[in-house]
Amino acid sequence: MIRAIMIFNNHGKPRLMKFFEYYSEEIQQQILRETYHLVSKRDDNVCNFLEGGSLIGGDSGYKLIYRHYATLYFVFCVDSSESELGILDLIQVFVETLDKHFENVCELDLIFHIDKVHYILAEIVMGGMVLETNMTDVLTHLDAQAKTEKSEAGITAAPARAISAVKSMGPNVSMPHMPHFNFKSH
Amino acid sequence: KMFEKNLNDLVRGIRANKSNEAKYIAQCIEEIKHELRQDNTNVKANAICKLIYLQMFGYDISWAAFNVIEVMSSTKFTHKRIGYLASSQCFTEDMDILTLTTNLIRKDFSSQNQYDAAVTLNGLSCFVSADLARDLANDVITLLASTKPYIRKRAIIVLYKIFLKFPEALRPAYPRLKAKLDDPEPSVQSAAVNVICELARKNPQNYLSLAPIFFKLMTNSTNNWMLIKIIKLFAALTPLEPRLGKKLIEPLTNLIHSTSAMSLLYECINTVIAVLLAFTSMPNHSSSVQLCVSKLRLLIEDADQNLKYLGLLAMSKILKAHPKAVQAHKDMILRCLDDKDESIKLRALDLLSGMISKKNLVEIVKKLMRHIETTESTSYRDELLSKIIHICSQSNYQYVADFEWYISVLVELAQVDGIHHGSLVATQLLDVTVRVKGIRRFSVQQMTMLLENSKLMGITAQGSSTGDVFFAAAWIVGEFSEHLSDLRSIMHIFLQPRATSLPPPVQAVIVHNILKLYSRIYLKAENDNDQDTIAEVTQMLIDQLPMFGESSDLEVQERACCAIQMLKYIQKIRDKGLTVTDEVREMFAGELNPVATKAQKKVPVPEGLNLDIWINDPPSDSSDDELNNDAMFVTEEDHNNIQGIKYPKVDEDELKKRREARKLEQENNPYYIKGNTKSKELEGPDINDIPVASLDLTVPLKVPGNMILSTL
Repeated sequence: MIRAIMIFNNHGKPRLMKFFEYYSEEIQQQILRETYHLVSKRDDNVCNFLEGGSLIGGDSGYKLIYRHYATLYFVFCVDSSESELGILDLIQVFVETLDKHFENVCELDLIFHIDKVHYILAEIVMGGMVLETNMTDVLTHLDAQAKTEKSEAGITAAPARAISAVKSMGPNVSMPHMPHFNFKSH
Repeated sequence: KMFEKNLNDLVRGIRANKSNEAKYIAQCIEEIKHELRQDNTNVKANAICKLIYLQMFGYDISWAAFNVIEVMSSTKFTHKRIGYLASSQCFTEDMDILTLTTNLIRKDFSSQNQYDAAVTLNGLSCFVSADLARDLANDVITLLASTKPYIRKRAIIVLYKIFLKFPEALRPAYPRLKAKLDDPEPSVQSAAVNVICELARKNPQNYLSLAPIFFKLMTNSTNNWMLIKIIKLFAALTPLEPRLGKKLIEPLTNLIHSTSAMSLLYECINTVIAVLLAFTSMPNHSSSVQLCVSKLRLLIEDADQNLKYLGLLAMSKILKAHPKAVQAHKDMILRCLDDKDESIKLRALDLLSGMISKKNLVEIVKKLMRHIETTESTSYRDELLSKIIHICSQSNYQYVADFEWYISVLVELAQVDGIHHGSLVATQLLDVTVRVKGIRRFSVQQMTMLLENSKLMGITAQGSSTGDVFFAAAWIVGEFSEHLSDLRSIMHIFLQPRATSLPPPVQAVIVHNILKLYSRIYLKAENDNDQDTIAEVTQMLIDQLPMFGESSDLEVQERACCAIQMLKYIQKIRDKGLTVTDEVREMFAGELNPVATKAQKKVPVPEGLNLDIWINDPPSDSSDDELNNDAMFVTEEDHNNIQGIKYPKVDEDELKKRREARKLEQENNPYYIKGNTKSKELEGPDINDIPVASLDLTVPLKVPGNMILSTL
C-alpha cells in the first residue's frame, strides 16, 4: 500500500500533500519537513530509495521512493507490499500525465491548480492503491470531467464566452478599452 | 459588490504578501468564513477550494466540515468534486457530522453520471468510519456489479477500506470479491488482486486456497502490475505451503528469462529466493540459486544506482541460506563500498559482515579501516566502526586468529577523531584483555601508549566518547600492572591536573587503579627494602589525591576520600614502626576471572537439598481458568463464529473442592460479611442444591436490517 504522496520544491515548500492514513495537520507538516530533510541532501545520481524517517515508521518497513524533476521532488511513501521499481514507474506515469494535461507542466502550474493536480492523482491512485497506469485512459476520463465542468459553468461563464464570441466575429471589431493588469511573475 | 477571491487570486495574494504571510492568510480565512455564510453554492464551493489549498500548508480546516458537506450535496459535479476532495483531506472517522453523509453518499452512488459516483467513492475511501462502513457496505457491494469498469474498480478498493473498519462485512462480500478476479476488464482484475493481496498479507493462512487461481492469473496475464502483486504475494505464502514453492520455481524461472521489465524480474528473483530460503532441500535448487546470483550480479554491476541498490538488497537475502554462492562475489561487493551513494555503501557493508570467514577477516577489516580514514560522513564512519567490531566479535571471536592484531585494530579505532562508539571499543578492549591471558602484556603495552598519547587526555568534548577508551586503558594497566615497565610514569599520567576534567566514571577508575599501582610499588619497594620510596609515594598520593576528593561526582569523591584515608592510615601505622605489607598485598591479590554463563549449572547441589519442593505451603489454586491473553480480543474468524459463550464442563469432585476452597477463603477473609446464621428457619434452599441450567442461546435474536445482530 502507498501510505502518502508528497510533492515539494527544492526549498521544501509543499505542492501536494496526500496522506492515505490519518495524521493531524501538525504531524503532516512534520513529516514533510523530515522527508524534505532526508531527500534534499541526496546527490542527483544516487539511488531513489530511502528507508523511511522516524515519523513515518522507520523500522516498520516503510520506504521512501522519490524522483527529482527540475525544481520538484515527487515522493511516495510505501510499505513492503509495493514494488520499488514499479512505484518509480508509477511516479513517471503521474508526471507524464501532468505534463500532457498542463502542456509542458512547470511548478507554477502545480502552484495555481492544486485542485486539478489532486483530480489527476485521483485517477491513478485511490485509497493508497493503484487504479490505473495507462496514461491515455486517465487523460480520457480527465477530459470528460473537464467537459462536464465547462458545461456546468454555463451562465456564470457567459460574459467571458460573449467576449470571445465577439472577438471571433472579425478582426475589425473593436473591443472596449480594458484596463491593463500587470501581473508580476513570481 | 466585492468579487470573492478565487483560488488563483488567493495564491497570488499569498505570494505577494511574503513578508506578512500569516496575517494575510488570517484575513483570507475571515473572508472564507464570510463566504461560507452566503446562500450561494458557487461561492461556498469556491471558498472550500481555497481551504483545500490552505490545508496543504498545515491549516486545520475541519471547522468547515458542515460547509464541506453542503458543497458535496450540490447537484453540480464541479461542486461535488470540490466537496469530496475537501472531505478526503480533512474528515476524520470520529467526526459526528459523518452521519449526515450516509444518505448523500448512497444517492451519489446511484447517479447517472459515473463521475459523481467516482468522486464519492474516492472521498469515502479516505474518511470511512465503522458506522459508515456498516451502513454502506451493501451499497458498495452492489456497485461491484456496475456496468462501468471505472466504478467497479473503485468499489473494490473502497470495499477493502470497509473491511478494515467493519470486518463483519468480509465474509458475505468475499464471494463477490473473489468473482472480480475473473472480471473481463484488466484494471478491475488488478484492483481485485491488489485488495486480496492486502487481505492475504494480514492473514496468509486464510488465502492459501486462492493459490491456484493466482497461479492461473500469473501464467496467463501480461499486466505487469498485477503480476508483481501476485508474485510478491506468493513470496509471503510459500513458507506456509511447501508444494506451492515447488510449483512456482519453473514459471518464475521462465519469467526471469523472458521478461524485459526490470521491476518484474526483480520481484521474480525475490520470490525465488523466498522459496529457496523456505526449503533448502529442493531438487534443482542449486541451479536456481546460481541463476538468481548471476542475475543479481548483473543488477549490481549496472550503472543504474537503483538496480545496484536492489541487487545488493536481494543478495543479502540469499546470503542467509546460501553463503557460499555469495562469497564468490566478495570483490564486487567490496567495490560497492567505494560507491558515492551512502545507501549502497551501507547495503554493501551489511552484506560483507555476513560473508566473514577466518581467511578474509583481516583483509576486509583492513579495507574498512581505510574507509574510516577517507570518508567524510560521520554517520558512515560510525557505522563502519560498529560493523568492524561486530564482525570481529561475533560468535565469540570465532574468526579472529590473532588477538594481538585485533588489539592493535582497536587501538587504531580508539584514535579515530570524533567517534561515537568509544564505549564499544572500550568494552572490546576490556573483554579481550580479560579473556585472552596470552595477550595481556601486549595489551598493557598498547594501553600505555594510548595513555601517553596526550590526545586522549585532552578529550572532554561533548559527544566524543574517547574518554571511554581511557577508562578501559586505565583499568587494564591497573589490573595487569605486573606487565608494566614503568609504574611511576603511569601514576604520573593519572595524577595530571587535567584528569579532573575527564568524565567522572573515568576518574573513578583512575583513583581506584592508582591504588592498585600503589600497592605494586609498595610491595616492590618493600622487597628491595626501600623504605624511602614507600614514604615518598605515600605522601605524594596523600598530597595529590585530594584533587579528586573535591570532585562534585559522588563516586569519585568517595573513592578518593577512601583512598586518602587508607593511605593516611598506612602512613600512621608505619610511623609507629609496624608493618602493613601483608595487608597491602591482600588489597588486590587474586585474579578476577570472567565467569561463563553456564557456570551456575556446574555448581553441584549440596547433599540433602531438594530444589523442587515448596518452601512454604503452596497458595490455593484459583478456581477460574487461566485467562488466555491471546483469546482476549476476538479475531475476525471468532467474531463470525460466535454461537454463544461455552462454559467448560466441570465434574462433581472438582465442584466440591471449589466449594470447600471458597468456604475456607470466606472464613479467613476478615472483610467478608457473613450471612445471619441465627435465623435458620428463614434460610432459603441450600445454594448447592440449585441446579445449574444452560441457556439455549440458539434462539435467533434477528432484528431485520441490522447487519451485526443478524450474524448471531
